Amino acid sequence: MPWDRNQMAARAADELEDGWYVNLGIGIPTLVANYVGDKDITLQSENGMLGMGPFPYEGEEDPDLINAGKQTITELNRTSYFDSAMSFGMIRGGKIAAAILGAMEVAENGDLANWMIPGKLVKGMGGAMDLVAGVEKVVVVMDHTNKAGESKLLKECTLPLTGTGVVDRIITDLGVFDVVEGGLKLVECAPDVTEDEIRSKTEATLV
Amino acid sequence: MQKVYESATAALDGLLRDDMLIAAGGFGLCGIPELLIDAIVDSGVKNLTVASNNAGVDGFGLGKLLDTKQIKKMMSSYVGENAEFMRQYLSGELELEFNPQGTLAERMRAGGAGIAGFYTKTGYGTQIGEGKEVKVFNGEHYILEEGIFADLAIVKAWKADDTGNLVFRKTARNFNPPAAMCGKVCVVEVEEIVERGALDPDQIHLPGIYVHRIIQGDHEKRIEKVTTRSREDA
Repeated sequence: MPWDRNQMAARAADELEDGWYVNLGIGIPTLVANYVGDKDITLQSENGMLGMGPFPYEGEEDPDLINAGKQTITELNRTSYFDSAMSFGMIRGGKIAAAILGAMEVAENGDLANWMIPGKLVKGMGGAMDLVAGVEKVVVVMDHTNKAGESKLLKECTLPLTGTGVVDRIITDLGVFDVVEGGLKLVECAPDVTEDEIRSKTEATLV
Repeated sequence: MQKVYESATAALDGLLRDDMLIAAGGFGLCGIPELLIDAIVDSGVKNLTVASNNAGVDGFGLGKLLDTKQIKKMMSSYVGENAEFMRQYLSGELELEFNPQGTLAERMRAGGAGIAGFYTKTGYGTQIGEGKEVKVFNGEHYILEEGIFADLAIVKAWKADDTGNLVFRKTARNFNPPAAMCGKVCVVEVEEIVERGALDPDQIHLPGIYVHRIIQGDHEKRIEKVTTRSREDA
């Protein structure tokens, strides 16, 4: 059985170590926060906050307190606020230990494409280019194949890049992969998913 | 020097002209200078270039200036959530310069700090790096990005004193300090103007040297995406 969204998020949470400052992207990466367990993880929201808390109770939403996905959130007793220049100073400056992001395509050399599809609606990269350029460990969480059933792990990205050689580890519904010399290394298969199945669904070189 | 004005229109008097570059604070709809935007709409000034992380939503925030076609060009990192923006952009009526979010913030900060350009790894090897100078430091590639020197900054803060010292609230701070810094003139709207001495000097987020004009007003503070949890989950 391939992993579902929550299982992928839980697997991604295993990548995080006690004491880390972490930035989570939108979508499945957001769910990772539900699976950090007892680890002391501080979540950064790049609009200017460290120590992001859960959604507020109904009626307690504060328009001055949102995350980078523009959702209402809450603060914790460890929270700090700062402006966008400082926020990206800590991102670019390598102070954030890990970023967990979604992706449209990842290449076997670690190139990442997740911000635009030419000819379609272009929304922008937001903070993704800064994050992949500055954060120590970049983990991508995404479906292994697109809606047409084609591999999203490629020899080369076809879409405009977010960063070159920036991805360290990829978690898909089928397994876990590291970017290594010469291609992707299969680290782990989802339960009852075989290496043969993964090979048949992966365009990138598996080493 | 008197910095406090009666209204947004009065505070912008003599500052607006066609073709100018305006830096605006805010992230999504959080911490946006909504009263000053409304006054700019009313002024009818046009062909504006606006440096702002986002472009508001249809009918609110900078979306109002898009509806009236007063904006010629946006410098932004993310412009989803706005159908009129997309329509104007795809039809070629509106120019768009994408900036990675941190690059945009640092370009504003740099402009305000008198730094004409800086090298960053962000965007190297992507479309964003095309045509920009590349330099290698310690074996890594960096691209040259330029500071933004805006004709006008429009900013939203929580509290000010009459000398322009500012305090922001929670994540509504976001782009407001760097936007304020990079404006030749900075106009700020706040929820409350307090007496001198009421703000703790150690807790000022942006000193009044960056602030030229201030207004107090009522803010709608619209929420873009309300997300909640139920009490039963607790």
